[in-house]
Amino acid sequence: MSSATVNSTVPLQPVPSTLRHGGTLAWRGIVKTIHSPEALLDVTLQPVIFLLLFVYVFGGAIAGDTQTYLQFALPGVLVQTFVFASVGTGVALADDLNTGIFDRFRSLPIARSAPLVGAIAADLVRYLTSGLIMLGLGVLLGFRFGTGPLEVLAALGLVTVFAFALCWVFTALAMVVTQPRSVQGLSALIMLPITFGSNVFVPAATMPWWLRGFVEINPVSKLSDAVRGLLTGGPVAGPAIAAVMASALIVAIFAPLAVALYQRRT
Amino acid sequence: MDAVIQAEGLVKNFKETTALAGVDFSARRGTVLGLLGPNGSGKTTSVRVLTTLLRPDGGRARILGRDVVHDAPAVRRSIGLTGQYAAIDDALLGIQNLVLVGRLLDLPRRVARARAAELIERFGLSEAAGRRVRTYSGGMRRRLDLAVSLIGRPEVLFLDEPTTGLDPRHRGEVWDAVRALVADGVTVLLTTQYLEEADQLADDLVVLDHGRVIAAGTPATLKADVGGQRLHVRPLYREDLPRVAALVAETAPGTRPGTDSAGELIVPGGGAGLLHRLGTRLDEAGIAVAELGLRLPSLDDVFLTLTGRATGTAGTDDTGETDRTELVKEAA
Repeated sequence: MSSATVNSTVPLQPVPSTLRHGGTLAWRGIVKTIHSPEALLDVTLQPVIFLLLFVYVFGGAIAGDTQTYLQFALPGVLVQTFVFASVGTGVALADDLNTGIFDRFRSLPIARSAPLVGAIAADLVRYLTSGLIMLGLGVLLGFRFGTGPLEVLAALGLVTVFAFALCWVFTALAMVVTQPRSVQGLSALIMLPITFGSNVFVPAATMPWWLRGFVEINPVSKLSDAVRGLLTGGPVAGPAIAAVMASALIVAIFAPLAVALYQRRT
Repeated sequence: MDAVIQAEGLVKNFKETTALAGVDFSARRGTVLGLLGPNGSGKTTSVRVLTTLLRPDGGRARILGRDVVHDAPAVRRSIGLTGQYAAIDDALLGIQNLVLVGRLLDLPRRVARARAAELIERFGLSEAAGRRVRTYSGGMRRRLDLAVSLIGRPEVLFLDEPTTGLDPRHRGEVWDAVRALVADGVTVLLTTQYLEEADQLADDLVVLDHGRVIAAGTPATLKADVGGQRLHVRPLYREDLPRVAALVAETAPGTRPGTDSAGELIVPGGGAGLLHRLGTRLDEAGIAVAELGLRLPSLDDVFLTLTGRATGTAGTDDTGETDRTELVKEAA
């Protein structure tokens, strides 16, 4: 009986146990994704469809020919995939809060933060899987890396950092809205403008001035500039720093907010 | 007395409503304490406080002598909880749900797997263990939920309306499981709206209403408190009822028998002596009797009497009436 070994008063959860329990819950998150057809399709098929759609439907019209457009669009679609995937974190947490499984976690002797740590760790694995599928498909379609493997890894790292930051926004949203469907719907209202209102699919040069203004300050544009630089060559430092700073700012605002809302909810 | 669960003056308020208005109760080791009451009486709030999910606004509670607020991690190590709605993961396999919680309780992987296999066997889930929980029936989910709450071998188990929504057969399965646990020395706190369930399982009962304890005791003493034994007699032919009533008045002067809609005469406080005398008189008078006997009031009688809402005169108390009909319907 495990209780016999506990005799201390208010033992603080040491960091290793948070990580260990977080790891166990991350395993749960990954198994859950593998077992839910819709979650798995979100991670695998959706990026494939987006890439094929943009390259072959719009590519010729936007860039003259599909190969030229693939070079431009792949880094952008990679960014978009990660941004979309980060919504899943909020939806999954809202789902957990609604099924009573959080009550079970909270009645267990684990750190209160372990379910959040686990959910986010599982999602990082999910994001990276999507990213690798996307890059693999890009290569099959004829995408040429203009840089080395280190830059490609850096690009994946950068989009992961941004998705990690963004997932706090949707986590906070999930704590307020609570219905998984509503989280999904409201998240779309955030995601669509920030991905399409960026230079992910087309250069900002052709847009009206007011939209260009938004596109240029949109962190998603900075991120896709940086990823483009890292995958095909070109300036990296400026946009990369801007993207990391934007990520840091988002985390600084939304992580404490999400955690506070989480503590209140659970 | 070895009190494993102790609640002293628990108070919990939610905005305007008072969920618990100073509740006391305790449970002895290896027994089942039943919390009985209608919706909104404070049963679930009590469970949530005792399982460290809610902080009480007043009073205190201890599990195995440890305070649920100040010593929450230690409390969590010794309890299992099965809530009103199954707290299991639909997307995982049955066995994965068990292993997940086992691992979160720091059981080594091998031990968690072995324990999971044992519980699956015990709850008759062997065929379903490798399937996703999504495909389970309501009864299977409940049993898996109960199994999950047992993986850490808790000394104290909380069951919040464990059989709500189950059909009678599955309800019986859950009851058997609870009895087996108690036989192993586990202390159980059970909330229920089903009077029959409380009667079947609980060693001690606490009746809650509007966040207060309105009665406590064993099922038998509660029933006895409400008026002890009743004598009931039902003539075979309904037209004999007035003659029977006259005989009762003669045999037991001073009692006030009542007649129910089924044509049965009920004499409160009637004992064995009366039963014997009345039996002889009925026989002498040649009245054919369908039923004659003594019985304790049912828990329905107890609850309805305690809450003062069930005098048999319908429609006197609006709010009480809805609770009562609900309770009676659920108990049926």
